[in-house]
Amino acid sequence: MSYDKNCAEKPKRLCANCGREFCKGLWRENPIFIQVLGMCPALAVTTKALFGFSMGMATTFVLVCSSLVISSIRKLIPPQVRIATFTVIIATFVTCADYFLKANFYTISKELGPYVPLIVVNCIILGRQEVFTSKHGVFNSFIDALGMGVGFSAVLVLLGSIRELFGFGTIFYYQILGEGFEHWVVMALPAGAFITLGFLVGIFNWINNKRKK
Amino acid sequence: MIANLVLIFIAAAITHNFVLTYFLGICPFIGVSRKIEQAVGMGLATTFVMTLAATVTWAIYHFILIRFNLPFLQYASFIIVIASLVQIVEMFIKKVSPPLYRALGIYLPLITTNCAILGLTLFMVLREYTFLEGLIFGLGAGAGFTLALVIMAGIREELECCDIPKPLRGAGITLIIAGLLALSFMGFGGLISK
Repeated sequence: MSYDKNCAEKPKRLCANCGREFCKGLWRENPIFIQVLGMCPALAVTTKALFGFSMGMATTFVLVCSSLVISSIRKLIPPQVRIATFTVIIATFVTCADYFLKANFYTISKELGPYVPLIVVNCIILGRQEVFTSKHGVFNSFIDALGMGVGFSAVLVLLGSIRELFGFGTIFYYQILGEGFEHWVVMALPAGAFITLGFLVGIFNWINNKRKK
Repeated sequence: MIANLVLIFIAAAITHNFVLTYFLGICPFIGVSRKIEQAVGMGLATTFVMTLAATVTWAIYHFILIRFNLPFLQYASFIIVIASLVQIVEMFIKKVSPPLYRALGIYLPLITTNCAILGLTLFMVLREYTFLEGLIFGLGAGAGFTLALVIMAGIREELECCDIPKPLRGAGITLIIAGLLALSFMGFGGLISK
């Protein structure tokens, strides 16, 4: 929404715009903190930073590829069946990502389990197609998808690092806290995910409010 | 046989609640849990779609995908089944109860992208449930989803009168409450020794 307004106010060169398009996914329209979309994978796979990272990469891949395809055929899709069309395109790329992970990173794929196929129903992807890609050109959609994907991955890695640090004393399997550290088991459990993300959202809003003043 | 079915139902509804342990269906859990009536309506609609989806996808998986060796079409075909089921439920609710239809708003078509439903069908295939087990699994998961949604709506109605720190209002406090709920649901863990 805010994008359209900004665009109408100050039409800029293609290149100047694309920086904005990219950055808005990182902060101003961050998919998790601001839009509160795609929470399921964000909470489920972030017991370790590495899993969060792989999930972020897989989601970014699907988001970018489906945005490219959908933005290039957006004028051919009849509006009544657009959601179904988007979903089938997304499902195709998810199948690719899933089989790729299974073939090359079997252990990670095993850990992520059904959450890789669940990218199909990740609201971020369908949401971007509906709000942005179906109305914009190929290049802008690509930048937008990349920004959203990176923003999403960054939050996943952050959440995964925090939970791994307190739950296991490591980040990306590097020992950070000493041997004597008593693991907070709750951080590896679902409850820890909810509470950590809740506080992260709070901190994010707090910083945003400060910046506005 | 019966005991097994009861176990599947209880596991899906309480001990391994879809929302609070598998993190499935968080979007409607946060979005539609403001009023109890809305939560009940949403929960029942989702339960209905879940049960139907479980049966239909079971049949498709076993009679078409396995038989013709097409398991790579699994995700695409499942999501199409779910999308059409949601469309049917939407038309049904629009006809029967327009106020509920208006109250659910955008979240009704979004049942399609409710991960709980696709997650349910994937878990069903992964655990190799039989037809009857799949049906019960769908019912149990729906009941669990409704339960979590209604509890959350009840808490949030009370929350309106509370003085919450400003940055935590909205999604933040909801997530923290969900965390506490998840902790308390862990207490049910001892019900099933598996």
